[in-house]
Amino acid sequence: MRYLPKSDSERREMLDTIGVGSVEDLFSHLPEAVRLHPPLDLPPGISEYEIVDYFRDRAAENANGQACFLGAGVYRHFRPVLVDTVISRGEFLTSYTPYQAEISQGTLTTIFEFQTMICQLTGMDVANASMYDGSTAMAEAAMMAVRATGKGRVLVARSVHPEYREVLRTYSENQGMPVVEFGYQGEMGTIDLDDLERQMDDLTGAVIVQSPNFFGIVDRVREAGEIAHRRGALLILVFTEAVSLGLLQPPAEADIVTGELQSFAISPSYGGPFAGVIATRERFVRQMPGRLVGETVDTNGHRAFCLTLATREQHIRREKATSNICTNQALLALMASVFMTVYGKQGLRELAEQNLAKAYYLAGRVKRRFCGKSFNEFVVRVEGRAPDDVNRALLRKKIIGGLPLGRFYPELADTMLLCATEMARRADMDAVAEVLA
Amino acid sequence: MYPENLRYTKEHEWVRVEGDIGTIGITDHAQQELGDIVYVDLPKTGTRVEQGNTAGSVESVKAVSDVYAPVSGEVVEINQALTDAPEKLNEDPHGEAWLMKVRLSQPAEVSALMSAAEYQAYIAAEKGAEK
Amino acid sequence: MIDRVRPHISINEPLIFERSSPGKVAYQLPELDVPPVDSREALGAENVRDEIADFPEVSEVEAIRHYTRLSTYNYAIEYGTYPLGSCTMKYNPRVNEQVARLDGLAWAHPYQPEALAQGSLEIMARLEAALAEITGMDAVTLQPAAGAHGELTAILLMRALLAKRGNPRKKILIPDSAHGTNPASAAIAGYAVQNIRSTEHGTLDIAALQQIVNEDVAALMVTNPNTLGVFEENIMQAAEILHSKGALLYMDGANMNALMGIARPGDFGVDALHLNLHKTFSTPHGGGGPGAGPVAVKKALEPFLPAPRLKRAGKKWAWDYKRKQSIGRVRAFYGNFGVLVRALAYILANGGPGLRKVTLDAVLNANYLRKKLEPYYDLPYPYPSMHEVVFSDSRQAKQGVRTGEIAKRLIDCGFHPYTVSFPLIVQGALMIEPTETETKRELDRFAEAMIEIAQEVETDPQLVKTAPHGTRTSRVDEVAAARKPVLRWKP
Repeated sequence: MRYLPKSDSERREMLDTIGVGSVEDLFSHLPEAVRLHPPLDLPPGISEYEIVDYFRDRAAENANGQACFLGAGVYRHFRPVLVDTVISRGEFLTSYTPYQAEISQGTLTTIFEFQTMICQLTGMDVANASMYDGSTAMAEAAMMAVRATGKGRVLVARSVHPEYREVLRTYSENQGMPVVEFGYQGEMGTIDLDDLERQMDDLTGAVIVQSPNFFGIVDRVREAGEIAHRRGALLILVFTEAVSLGLLQPPAEADIVTGELQSFAISPSYGGPFAGVIATRERFVRQMPGRLVGETVDTNGHRAFCLTLATREQHIRREKATSNICTNQALLALMASVFMTVYGKQGLRELAEQNLAKAYYLAGRVKRRFCGKSFNEFVVRVEGRAPDDVNRALLRKKIIGGLPLGRFYPELADTMLLCATEMARRADMDAVAEVLA
Repeated sequence: MYPENLRYTKEHEWVRVEGDIGTIGITDHAQQELGDIVYVDLPKTGTRVEQGNTAGSVESVKAVSDVYAPVSGEVVEINQALTDAPEKLNEDPHGEAWLMKVRLSQPAEVSALMSAAEYQAYIAAEKGAEK
Repeated sequence: MIDRVRPHISINEPLIFERSSPGKVAYQLPELDVPPVDSREALGAENVRDEIADFPEVSEVEAIRHYTRLSTYNYAIEYGTYPLGSCTMKYNPRVNEQVARLDGLAWAHPYQPEALAQGSLEIMARLEAALAEITGMDAVTLQPAAGAHGELTAILLMRALLAKRGNPRKKILIPDSAHGTNPASAAIAGYAVQNIRSTEHGTLDIAALQQIVNEDVAALMVTNPNTLGVFEENIMQAAEILHSKGALLYMDGANMNALMGIARPGDFGVDALHLNLHKTFSTPHGGGGPGAGPVAVKKALEPFLPAPRLKRAGKKWAWDYKRKQSIGRVRAFYGNFGVLVRALAYILANGGPGLRKVTLDAVLNANYLRKKLEPYYDLPYPYPSMHEVVFSDSRQAKQGVRTGEIAKRLIDCGFHPYTVSFPLIVQGALMIEPTETETKRELDRFAEAMIEIAQEVETDPQLVKTAPHGTRTSRVDEVAAARKPVLRWKP
């Protein structure tokens, strides 16, 4: 077998060195009761060409070539070719976690750059080296705020991604961390500040707001921050569309910024793997979960990098750790880093401006449900038929339409969430507007 | 080696009593075991601590060690110098690198602690028992 | 003469910010086919940011050189072995990279209509079935993003089942030899952790278990083979003890590479386990991730699995959200699909008989290294090793040299170090797992290097204590990094 690089004669030599007759002898100490006798019920191994054929067939059973106006937490953006060139190098692709600093300066340096770029984008002091994804990063950020304030109650806006809120609930249920939702304003689509004020109390450790929110609207983060801080809670700002950071800087009121970097050259890939991130103020750094890379020197005084503040983590603190996280999303964070480097200061802004322009064009031709200011997504009112019917009509034109919101917001069952990025073509947007008219 | 005017615990803390104030630290043995100290986490002033319960922790690069209060009482002062210079704990653990001062709530507790000679014997025995 | 593999040591590549010059670009976007929009008007002037201060500004040439040069400071499986115990750093087949990038799979949006996602759903269904067969379990969830995530998920599942039976219970038993994620995950799930000491053989203490298990114990988390690479011969007995008191047995499946086609956790009493696709199933480590941590369970736990679950609807697959007893989601969307593709490709390449051969060769390689190194390094637990072997540094410690330093000297010999100082029940552990994808020649090279170092410890310990000597950076000051953390670049 091509991945087993020993010949039978080499195996023979090795068995002789060990002093056993056959490789089965190495298993003879296993109790008979645990031994598996019938072979595994899996077909024999196939050739590389057959493997490619199998997955090609599967790929052909998925959508191929349709225009797509879905966003809702996963976004279609151009992927610079350089991203795959860089991450396909064996030194990045196959390498291990950089615990041995002297032999991992490549990984450590790129993570240090990543941490820096996230700070530059979010205006925070420190960022970690990635979490599994935006949804678990948000749950970890909530736990972090609870640790930092000593207060266990969490308030989260309904305009935060519904699946993110589900994850938060799963994480919080077993920790004595009550999670309470507050609503959004029916006209604007921004958070209902009165509702937030009403639900706020002195036991609340964190207020969580997403901006642009699930409806694509730039939310009232500053006001939410004021309400939170007045009662001694931290403000957690969540983003799912990282490209928005090209034009929208998280306000200084945010204590923790957390979100999803999938938009930065990470393929949608049916929902994963992605890369979450947590960024925060310096004073909270010891409460942060996940790996951190720090700058230091070697014995010759030259700059070097290493993992640091490891005493927060599971391999040292075990049950008292800030998180159980071990494996993170290093390779995806590297993709995001290469993306940020390729676009750079000018490009990320231009990219965001293109997204804004495309979405603006489409929004101007359909009936918007909310009047708040939006980035590259917005909610469309569908009149006269079900949103699913609209999508069926669009599919006949080889277009995948927006996400009908009824599945998450029953009160919005007559709407869908449309997203137009720099990849959206004018002709397709015209077709969408036509079908929706 | 170990100052006579301090009393010692099995968890390698010391306390120096002056009036109703107990100054608390970790011993030279503890700092040696930990290696280079990088961070000290201390309770806020006003916190009540209890003999035998955790009252902060000390970190090296690869380990965290809880500090157990040798006496019960209220924390009245913590050693701010250790925030900027945790390495002082390696240099002068019995003197300049004290961790916190506590107003004793039960002064009688001190008599149950070890003298310098007893502590010296205790760590010698511990070392012998190690494999 | 040991031939040495050494990453690049002389290039001095600055940080990308130090390379930047105003106005340089590495991108070009197409012209807008719609009118541009004034962002201040559209978003509100108070929301629009100033420029992104100090963000990189380089050309494409500088970008590719920067990352290429940095990559040469790393090691790779494609240079040589990573003998890291507990990590299973096997070869990452490149065909897996190609298939994961097929457009229909890579561009699939998780919310695209199910009728247009049948390829993805079939892949996930097939992988679930294969993993269930390999582990001898009844149902699998592919949602968890990594091993620790899988552990947390499994503990929540067990809690749900026990709660349904009337008492979620209070604590989880964890051996002192366990990986740190085990107690950390238990704590997040709201359980107290009780440590259970290993016997002097380094295995599960069945007598102690018998004493400790009561109605407050929800489960025992065990790794099998354990973190010493030794099979827990009393595992079925442990399962009986737990089950008789209404408690459950969880297995950390990190060491599955020792069991494929030989023994199945489902057959020896395990109720739930997680797998590490980035270990046993060859998906790349990527410098620290991504991974995937599927959880396999027995029937009793199936109703509680995270929603949605795959179900058959006629000739098609569909997502079933009507899972009333589900513990809920542990992440958005369905799982690390890109990683799942790679794992399935690996399983297809090997097939049933092939996976068994993987385990046979993994165990052969580890035992070969054990035999070669036994004369030079202390073996604290001299019981049959499976896919990994754990030595201690006690012999070398007499010369004042510890495992961490031996590891650094190994770098000079052109290898990535083994796992240092884990498991905790061994004083100064050297944990070695070659995996099945190592050649005999590479194993011999590695053994020679370890033997050479053992000899250096006797004749010139200082050389080992101050290693590495032949790398780009010499020993890195981790103390300074922790005392005054500098976690970002500033101009």
